[in-house]
Amino acid sequence: MTGTFKRLVGTSALALAFSAGSALAQTELRMTWYNDGIEGEVMQGLLDRFEEANPDISVVLDVVPYKAIIESLPVQLAAGEGPDLARVTDLGGLSQYYLDMTPFISDTEYWQTSFGPFLKWLDPDGDAINGFMTQLTVTGPYVNKTLFEQAGVEMPGDGATWDDYATAVNEVAEKLEIPIPMAWDRSGHRVSGPAIAMGAKMFDAEGNPALVDDGLKAMAQRLYDWHQDGTMSKELWGSVSGSTYLGANEDFANAQVVMYMSGSWQIPQFAETIGDAFDWWAVPAPCGPAACTGMPGGAALVGLAGTEHPEEVAKLMDWLAQEEQLAEFYGKTLFIPGHLGLAEGGVSFDTQDPRAQHALETFAGAVPAISPVAFDLQGYTNNRVMFNALISRLNEAIVGELTLDEAYERMTDDVTKELAEKERQ
Amino acid sequence: MAQQSDQTTGDRLASLAGAPVRLLFRALDPLFTAIQRGIGTKRMPWIFLLPNLVFFGLFVILPLFINFFYSLTGGTQLYLTDRPFIGTEQYGYLLDCEAFTDPQTCREDRFWKGIYNTLVFIFFQVTFMVLFSLITALILNREIRARGFFRAVFFFPVLLSPVVVALIWKWILLRDGILNAFLVSIGLDKILFFVSPEWSMFWAIFVSIWAHMGFYTLILLAGLQAIPPDLYEAAEMDGTSKERVFWRITLPLLWPNMLVVIVLALIKGVQIFDEVFVLTGGGPGTATQFIVQYIYNTGFTNQVQNFGLASAASVVLGVALFVLTMAQLAATRRKDDV
Amino acid sequence: MSDAAATSSRTIRGLLGATRGTNGRLHWTDVFTYMYLGFGVLLMFGPVIWLVLSSFKTSSALLEFPPTFLPLGQIEIQVEGYDDPLPLFEATLEDGSVKQLAQVRRIGIMSQMVDPENPGETIQVPINRRTEVREFRMALENYRDPLERFDFTRYLYNSVVVTVVATLVTLLINSMAAYGLAIYEFRGRAAIMLLVIGTLMIPITVILVPVYLVVTSMGMINSLWAVILPGAATPTGVFLLRQYMLTIPRDLIEAARMDKASEWAIYWKVVLPLAMPAMAVLAIFSIMWRWNDFLWPLIVLNRSEVYTLQVGLNAFQGELDVQWHYILAMTVVTLIPVTLVFAFLQKFITTGIASSGMK
Repeated sequence: MTGTFKRLVGTSALALAFSAGSALAQTELRMTWYNDGIEGEVMQGLLDRFEEANPDISVVLDVVPYKAIIESLPVQLAAGEGPDLARVTDLGGLSQYYLDMTPFISDTEYWQTSFGPFLKWLDPDGDAINGFMTQLTVTGPYVNKTLFEQAGVEMPGDGATWDDYATAVNEVAEKLEIPIPMAWDRSGHRVSGPAIAMGAKMFDAEGNPALVDDGLKAMAQRLYDWHQDGTMSKELWGSVSGSTYLGANEDFANAQVVMYMSGSWQIPQFAETIGDAFDWWAVPAPCGPAACTGMPGGAALVGLAGTEHPEEVAKLMDWLAQEEQLAEFYGKTLFIPGHLGLAEGGVSFDTQDPRAQHALETFAGAVPAISPVAFDLQGYTNNRVMFNALISRLNEAIVGELTLDEAYERMTDDVTKELAEKERQ
Repeated sequence: MAQQSDQTTGDRLASLAGAPVRLLFRALDPLFTAIQRGIGTKRMPWIFLLPNLVFFGLFVILPLFINFFYSLTGGTQLYLTDRPFIGTEQYGYLLDCEAFTDPQTCREDRFWKGIYNTLVFIFFQVTFMVLFSLITALILNREIRARGFFRAVFFFPVLLSPVVVALIWKWILLRDGILNAFLVSIGLDKILFFVSPEWSMFWAIFVSIWAHMGFYTLILLAGLQAIPPDLYEAAEMDGTSKERVFWRITLPLLWPNMLVVIVLALIKGVQIFDEVFVLTGGGPGTATQFIVQYIYNTGFTNQVQNFGLASAASVVLGVALFVLTMAQLAATRRKDDV
Repeated sequence: MSDAAATSSRTIRGLLGATRGTNGRLHWTDVFTYMYLGFGVLLMFGPVIWLVLSSFKTSSALLEFPPTFLPLGQIEIQVEGYDDPLPLFEATLEDGSVKQLAQVRRIGIMSQMVDPENPGETIQVPINRRTEVREFRMALENYRDPLERFDFTRYLYNSVVVTVVATLVTLLINSMAAYGLAIYEFRGRAAIMLLVIGTLMIPITVILVPVYLVVTSMGMINSLWAVILPGAATPTGVFLLRQYMLTIPRDLIEAARMDKASEWAIYWKVVLPLAMPAMAVLAIFSIMWRWNDFLWPLIVLNRSEVYTLQVGLNAFQGELDVQWHYILAMTVVTLIPVTLVFAFLQKFITTGIASSGMK
């Protein structure tokens, strides 16, 4: 018994000592990963192939709950206890911990041309090569087309506004007695796209965050009204606090929702859970006076500066980032490619479902229409501070704890307070 | 008393652990005898305390000190030496209120909402926890069939993890959950429990009582069983009414155990976090967001992990808990006197 | 029941004073007692049973309202001329007759169906005029999929190791400390007791970061020790054991001293066996705490070979997707060991706590 424990505690030190002396020196890389669907399995398949081609490197995929990526990983990285690679979503926020792989990559040109704008998300203040997007996401709505057909209501076409959709979905819901006409993910990121469509600028002239303006207020007011008049159910946004994420994917899949504002990442799941039970249809982002835009986003796989094997990390990343591997990865996972070449040339997605095919095309096609403001916001290091302030305070207004004006004031204060704390050195 | 049967259970366990343990203790004997000879019997208690104190110092006392120093610093750095010293500024933020009764006027509105929510929660939770534990203990103390089984039934949820408890109930209370199916089947409308602040608080309290009641019931049951039967027999001979017996004999003799239950439930109530967090997420709005959740969010979930402010809040909580535990000390003292 | 109404004034009295049952016929308080207990069984076990039943449903069946009691799955049948098995529906045809048909495909709000007995001809049925034909079927894939993806035995092993070792360490050092505090009078004892009690109930949640720093500086990150050691010196355990040891008669200890027993021998030969009921309670609590611990292991264990069950089983929880069918199934998996321990040790646990209590 005690032998096991001694072994456990001494593992790292012993492993180091032994591997130095042994002839078959193998470098072990640790990749911290989280799963929304099957991407972990696809990645494992790729890693197996990499290991076959590079017997001197072994890669271990450590799958953690997403909670650990958001809450524990930053502390681990700050303490110097992080893994060698990780899949992260706080792209700019963790920038200081990323490994710049430029010196270890032979063809940096390929990385620049393939991942140009996304490299900027990972390193807003420099031009390092830190990693690539495991998926690009675009926010946008899905509608239950079958319900529209059954109700005999015409679906709003191209250029339709949020108000057009609100009217239409209410009509459908009323005719068919559907409980929830419209649902949005509970997320500041999701609200930001439509707010920008309404004219929100998000930043002032100097580029400092300025969350509350007339554009944002226009969208916030609508969301507030929709919750009061029953267009949206308080159930989703009202039932948790703070910045907790909640989706309406189950309600939508159960045909309880006519229109669902979410994003491209729902596709693989809808293809599986809804299948052909009804036509779930991705539609282009509805319009406001300023734009017809969703928010870009996504997760990235990055190398981490704390690694003892930067060269091997770069070798693995460079191999994974090649078109062949990425095409397979995106194709199997049904993720929107975060690789410019593949986005243009098209990835052959591994699905027979016409709804999924259509949704993938719609979201991929929405990328050019994304407002520059949305790109700036996504690339801004502290964007999660803004998203969290937006959703948590707006939510407190919707459930009646604050007035909208108080909520606007609190949002601004929250952002100022947090940024001031961060600035303090 | 039940001392006899405990003795045998104890023996059974001891023999179960058996030889290897005895061997270990015996092997350590010469070492400790040598120490005793070296430092004298008078200092031996410190030797017995040493291992515990080392762990305690490393993983409780030291972190508490670090935590206190965190609360005097700002910024987002992890290591204390990298963080700028800012005195009591963080405490100033927490206490920055125009009117303490109205969280809306406070700089850290959620801190104060957390405090008020916690107070409401523990008031109802402790009251009903004691009430239902008492009723259950009284019932289990009757001469009933299969008492062991029923005692076990009420205790079972105590073993479940907070996350599991919350998931079980969340699954029941969802809009399309089985409770709403039941309401619809008897002709009522569905209730969206987690949208209403009152319902959310109700279920937060209900679920925590459900999960912990068994433990307190056992403590009270032990108290009930320790009451000498001849007291009841004497009362019966005097023709005392059963009501009077309850108020004059049962309750006073049970009081020490009641006090332990109340104080323990209070302390547990102040710490409430993961159960409710998984169940209601602290919502709707901030209706069930408690003080520990505020600390956790401030230090962990926010993008700017504000260890300073979180630590300041936890120092405030720590002081409150200290006062409560001192109350327990006083309570148990009194119990020993009885 | 009318009897109960007639004697309602005795209701409270009867219940409150009742310590002994009545001889012979059932008194109404007995009826109340068994009703209360029956309701208790339903309330305490019902939710858990519902969880277990639900965990065997497919993800689409979980979304249904009203939920079915038992897990059901749609019947699929092999029809001549089609390679894949087709889902079976009960369709109401235009002439009002009801027939079991297999669906070929659905287009918009119409579905194309065939009669399994007459596969040549396709029939158009509006989708709202057909219902699935289902049978009892357990969705074992809810369990199989996640368990196949993980190294389940490894996590189980880690969890068992953590639980067992942590409990042994806790029992040893806590009982030693409790012995020191209960048996001896010495300067500083009051201060130590104050320290123990003062920190009795500090939740680890609020000192997570400082404890992490300590553990990091000791180089224990990603070893099981990081989970085992920090919680070992529980003030609760010391307090509980000490209070119990105070009740041990001093004569026994004095007698042992007369026999020239060493202090260590008195501890393990005299006091420890007598404190067994309290030790058992602490053991149970320790097992419970360690087995159920989630937040702390999540922070200090980030390599899959050292994951405990709680961390491993939650690893499928993604950013954007709540998969109830997996959550429910994995919750059941974590429940099983606790329930088994409880089933075997139930009597022991409850009497142990009742007799040692929090004295």
